[in-house]
Amino acid sequence: MRTKRISLYILSQAAKLLTLLIAISILSFMLVSYSPIDPIRAYIGGDMLRVSPEQRANIEEYWGLNEPRVSQYLNWANSILHGDLGTSLLYRSPVAQVIAERFVASLALMAIAWLLSGIFGFILGIIAGMKKGTWIDRLIKGYCYVLSATPTFWLGLVVVIVFSVWLGWFPIGLGTPAGILEQDVSLTDYLRHLFLPALTLSIIGVANIALHTRTKLVETLNSEFIWFAKAKGEKGLKLLWRHGLRNISLPAISLQFASFGELFGGAVLTEQVFSYPGLGQAIVEAGLGGDVPLLLGIVLFSTIFVYVGNLMADILYKVIDPRIRKEWN
Amino acid sequence: MSGQEMIGANPSVNSKWNLRRQTLAIIVISVLLLAAMTVSGFLIENEKLSVNLEARNSSPSLDHLFGTDWLGRDMLARTLKGLTLSFGVGLLTAFLSTIIALFLSLLSSWNKKIDHGVTWLIDLFISMPHVVTLLLISFAIGGGFKGVVTGIALTHWPSLTRLLRAEVMKVKTEQYIGVSRQLGKSRWWIACNHYLPHLMPQIMVGFILLFPHTILHEAAITFLGFGLSPEQPAIGIILSESMRYLSTGMWWLAFFPGLSLVIMVGIFDLLGNSIRKLIDPFHGQR
Amino acid sequence: MKLQQKEEPLPDLLEKDQPLLEVKDLSLSFRQYREGLRETDLQVISKLDITLYKKEIVAVVGASGSGKSLLASAILGLLPENAFLRGTINFKGKPLSPERQEHLRGEEISLIPQSVSALDPLMKTGKQVQAVIKGKNKKAVQQEIFDKVGLPSKTSNSYPFELSGGMVRRVLAATSLASSADLIIADEPTPGLDPFALKETVNYIKQLAENGKGVIFITHDIETALKIADKVAVFYAGQTVEIAKVENFCGSGENLRHPYTKALWNALPQNGFVPLPGSQPLLSEVAEGCIFHPRCPVKTDLCKKKQPESKSKNGEMVRCFYA
Repeated sequence: MRTKRISLYILSQAAKLLTLLIAISILSFMLVSYSPIDPIRAYIGGDMLRVSPEQRANIEEYWGLNEPRVSQYLNWANSILHGDLGTSLLYRSPVAQVIAERFVASLALMAIAWLLSGIFGFILGIIAGMKKGTWIDRLIKGYCYVLSATPTFWLGLVVVIVFSVWLGWFPIGLGTPAGILEQDVSLTDYLRHLFLPALTLSIIGVANIALHTRTKLVETLNSEFIWFAKAKGEKGLKLLWRHGLRNISLPAISLQFASFGELFGGAVLTEQVFSYPGLGQAIVEAGLGGDVPLLLGIVLFSTIFVYVGNLMADILYKVIDPRIRKEWN
Repeated sequence: MSGQEMIGANPSVNSKWNLRRQTLAIIVISVLLLAAMTVSGFLIENEKLSVNLEARNSSPSLDHLFGTDWLGRDMLARTLKGLTLSFGVGLLTAFLSTIIALFLSLLSSWNKKIDHGVTWLIDLFISMPHVVTLLLISFAIGGGFKGVVTGIALTHWPSLTRLLRAEVMKVKTEQYIGVSRQLGKSRWWIACNHYLPHLMPQIMVGFILLFPHTILHEAAITFLGFGLSPEQPAIGIILSESMRYLSTGMWWLAFFPGLSLVIMVGIFDLLGNSIRKLIDPFHGQR
Repeated sequence: MKLQQKEEPLPDLLEKDQPLLEVKDLSLSFRQYREGLRETDLQVISKLDITLYKKEIVAVVGASGSGKSLLASAILGLLPENAFLRGTINFKGKPLSPERQEHLRGEEISLIPQSVSALDPLMKTGKQVQAVIKGKNKKAVQQEIFDKVGLPSKTSNSYPFELSGGMVRRVLAATSLASSADLIIADEPTPGLDPFALKETVNYIKQLAENGKGVIFITHDIETALKIADKVAVFYAGQTVEIAKVENFCGSGENLRHPYTKALWNALPQNGFVPLPGSQPLLSEVAEGCIFHPRCPVKTDLCKKKQPESKSKNGEMVRCFYA
């Protein structure tokens, strides 16, 4: 019974992901194919004048650009199914490889920001919720509202001004020091370049989770079971620990998982400010440079990334919440 | 005076600054501030933006409150122009998004199948990171004003659609809708006469609360280089240009324009939430 | 009494004279916001008086919306933030200050709540009951009480959502049995129980009183109230209109002194099923005169103009000019 339920769940989720990817791939392929940006010009760059019409026709034929759009899409989708995402025009290497390399760098950044913003946001939310209506609650709430009105990239610029330009503690941009071979980069160098982008992304991420936790805690503290627990003589931190945290942790963790989309979006902007060589910077370059295979590859990849976050949020509920766990057994 | 009557009739309302008045005051002040920001951008003549090499690279002073850039242009003037532009793009895109949301939510009242379709479309649009969708659409259209407006308008409807759809579903079960159907009224008539008036408050609040998102995303996408073109005095352009000069210590190029944007977005947030509190105090009392 | 040292326990005889709980002239109102953030004050209880001795059960009876459930919150000190309370509540002869309430909750004052959602949905029920047990062997004590109220032993490892409504009510009653409180406030503990479980619950509550505790039994069901209580306090639109001994509920109500109490009694199926026309107003809707006058069969012009004061005698009370 249990295994059947689980396999059914996996099947339905896989089907959901598949239809999602098909829909996204069709949609994004259509969009890109109507773009006025000429892929051949993007590929050849400044030497466009030296390309004869015949050569151009050859490239078009080689890429299949003269075929109807539907068959272009089918060709592309077919090669994706065979594990080939195409070749990046900018990096002159397989798209899958570029994404893999860039994603590792982005992952370090996003993981740190995800954890830090989650932890600090949760704590701030609890403090505000506990002290609802006091000056400290207003302070935290105000801080969060200001943060949610703050553009990520501007915050990044302010961080650069303060820490790199004024204090000189950190380098301005680039994932590693310029002019050094990759194998010579030390871990400290790497961390020094990771710190500011991670800080920026962490600060921005706090607002959402803190406000959510606060609302949830206030709601929980107004619930009848907290009222009854108080009637039973429970109070203070023990009450918060026994009944409050128990009821707000899971929604908070789920929310954090479900916010992978915003995290990715934040990473795109942060990486741009700090010239951090991650996936976000790659998609911007792909877009500006007309690197269609890479652009589409990252679009699909980011869709999967967001999907995985939502899936984890869903599974967490199924594993932890006794009310839902019961239905499963 | 009506105020005195109120106090007389209800002795408990002794404070002049009760929540209602506070909220109304916040709304009025917000509107005034936003109007001041926008109008001042319009009033600034273009010569204020002209190149003045003698006054270039100067830090904030009484002459130039926000400093000047490497061409000697006054940053305050550029910022105000940028805010006006942000407001304009925000207005246009928030309006378009609201129209899409309204259309789709009314559409979902048609039948179950269409409702499923609408829900699926919402899920599809929120399955990609916002910035990625924006970037893709902007890329497809070739950037520029058209690209930004299309991109933002096409990406900001899902959350409002969800809200309005839920409201439509609630109203749909009401008796008077059934009665109207039996009287042979058309769906269009019912939409205009029953759903629309009911949705109006939500649409108003939703529309205003879309501004912060549309404004921030316009700035972001422009900053990345997919949005408004470099000739336009957009905040995103100003900030992206400032990056080249930060290492030389010209912090004012980035600091003040960004801060002004934060303030503008914050005021919109405040305005939207205050109006919501006034219309629907039970959700607003957080 | 005055010569007694504060810390020394009072002799039983003297203690009997001192009420366990005294509620005097209690009024409660709420500040509310309506659409457009207009503020209003909503009066829910006014001029409430109740006295409770040890080994006694006082039933508080009133239709829903009469404000009787808020009495429990007021005694426990757990009113919502926007509530405004006036009057005095004395517990064991001393006023209940917020600090004292916080200290006494769960220790000397215990609640059987009305709602079945009063249990933490994410905590096992056994653990929730153990919270009120002092000393060691919490688990054993809790298990014993669960046996006593007829809950299967595996219940203590169940989450509230796995229990039926009746079982949750038993868990809630068990919480009070487990505590060492002297004052039990039972807030509508009986709705939704089958006749057997109802009888059992009534028995537990009687047992509590026999063991020397005082019980306030809040209910809208006058029949259950008469089965269990020594005295009945009748609530109407936030006011106590009468406190009568249970014996006086007999015949056609000739020993009852307030017209509303009489009407309640005569509305019971076995007493003729005579309904009282009209409905209970909000406290704030009756601007002048006796709160009951719009529905009163024996009202006079005086009732429309002036509010009657309460008249007390031998622990009984009535609020009517013509009683």
